[in-house]
Amino acid sequence: MNSEELRNKLSEIKDKLTKIEEPINNRIYLYCEGQNAYAVNKFLFEEVPLRFVIATGIDSDDCFEIVYHYSYDETGCVVNLKAFIRDRENPEIESIAPFLPGAQWIEREMHDLLGIEFKNHPDMRRLILADDWPEGVYPLRKEVKK
Amino acid sequence: MKKTIRQPVIPVGPLHPLQEEMEYFQLTVDGETVTDIDMRISYNHRGIEKISESLQFDQVPLLVSRICGICSASHPLAYVQAVEEIAGVTVPDRARYVRTIIAEFERIHSHVLWLGLAGHFIGYDTVFMWAWKYREPVLDLLEAITGNRNNYGNLVVGGCREDIPDELIPKILKDMDELDKKMDMLTKAIIDDPILHARLKGVGVLTKEAAIKYAVTGPTARGSGVGIDVRHDDPYAAYSDIDWNVCSVPEGDVFAKAVVRLLETFEAIKIVREALKKLPKGPIKTEVKEIPPGEGTGRAEAPRGETFHYVRSDGGNRPVRHKARAPSYVNVPSFKASCIGQKIADVTITLAAVDPCYSCTERLAVVDKRTDEVLYDYDMLLKLSREKTEKIRKSF
Repeated sequence: MNSEELRNKLSEIKDKLTKIEEPINNRIYLYCEGQNAYAVNKFLFEEVPLRFVIATGIDSDDCFEIVYHYSYDETGCVVNLKAFIRDRENPEIESIAPFLPGAQWIEREMHDLLGIEFKNHPDMRRLILADDWPEGVYPLRKEVKK
Repeated sequence: MKKTIRQPVIPVGPLHPLQEEMEYFQLTVDGETVTDIDMRISYNHRGIEKISESLQFDQVPLLVSRICGICSASHPLAYVQAVEEIAGVTVPDRARYVRTIIAEFERIHSHVLWLGLAGHFIGYDTVFMWAWKYREPVLDLLEAITGNRNNYGNLVVGGCREDIPDELIPKILKDMDELDKKMDMLTKAIIDDPILHARLKGVGVLTKEAAIKYAVTGPTARGSGVGIDVRHDDPYAAYSDIDWNVCSVPEGDVFAKAVVRLLETFEAIKIVREALKKLPKGPIKTEVKEIPPGEGTGRAEAPRGETFHYVRSDGGNRPVRHKARAPSYVNVPSFKASCIGQKIADVTITLAAVDPCYSCTERLAVVDKRTDEVLYDYDMLLKLSREKTEKIRKSF
């Protein structure tokens, strides 16, 4: 697939997305709500298919964001899927690890550092934090100062 | 009393048997065959992403170069590219070439370091001594250019800090010729050695399907026939101006990963030579005053695979979020695919074949599943691995 075909392929899932942006060449940003993230990720990884790079959990002011980064190596395009989790009190999202084992660690990491719950994660244990770290303190949240 | 039958579990760590960094692997074994593996990392977590949010954009390259002493060109390179993407900065041509040369020096010394350690681990101490001897001049060159053997700190947003002095170029070319000859000799000695074939072929196979599922990168992916390389796929620095090849082999075993690294060392020497030949004149940095609001992704092919950085700016002088992903973060979990079904004596070299880097991203012991007793520690595993090589050697 060339860049144009990749864009067409990505638009197949546009009913689950809120916005598609390409601010500069070879960098595509897709936006979706948290509840649609599982379906969109499955589409990106299995249907397009893209290579999973990593995900970034972000504590934005009014919500939590997870940016899933994918790479399309034929054209060198980075596809970023932004999923918004609006419920700040009980942040929760469907885990993508059941079909993408490469995402197991990063979901455990986001669970440790930001307190986001990943539903149906196959192995949700602490990854980064020590076993005696207090419950309910999430170091990457903005209220925790360095 | 009824006895419950449990399988033996072998803890490996908390120091990696090869790289002597902190990680912990727990192997569940049935006799000598590994049936499951569990990994624990983060004994060395330093909260770099959080620290980064409190530093200014131009201070971060020095911080991220300390993610890993060996990848201390790749991490800052990925970071500055992400910030340059936000700011829309074009880097001067000479800086692109200097970045390429430093990155390739890093690849050479990292691959040769791994080769030495892998040799040491299977009982080839001559390989260890030679490889590390040949690595030394590369570190000296890095010191001559940047002032440091590791943690070069040569990258700034908008270009490079130190230039390659013209009077050093003949010495670099001479050292590269010398290294080329030495590596050729070493490579032939390794590739032609029937004992190494018997010891490493078919060991720790990571299939192409598993490599894709676990999203592995670098020589781990290219050793399994997944020919991805950021330098080729999404060219940065001066890689698009230079004629070089992506090295990929399909077998997926430990031997394949070693072959990929050896071939890449020659490619790296080639890239350095050509980059020096084409090295343009001019400044090595552009002034970057303000970083506008926005987000950017930067990636660089570190010796171990793709280093990925994501930076978000709100227009202030510090990143609001900075994510750094080292290649080992995705390469290490693939042990789940490559170690199960292996013999204990092969596991340690399989783990080492990925060239894991735990500061970037941690331990190994063998426990009896029935009694929870620790069966093997580091020294015993090293002995086991060397004995297996010795046994093969005697059978020849």
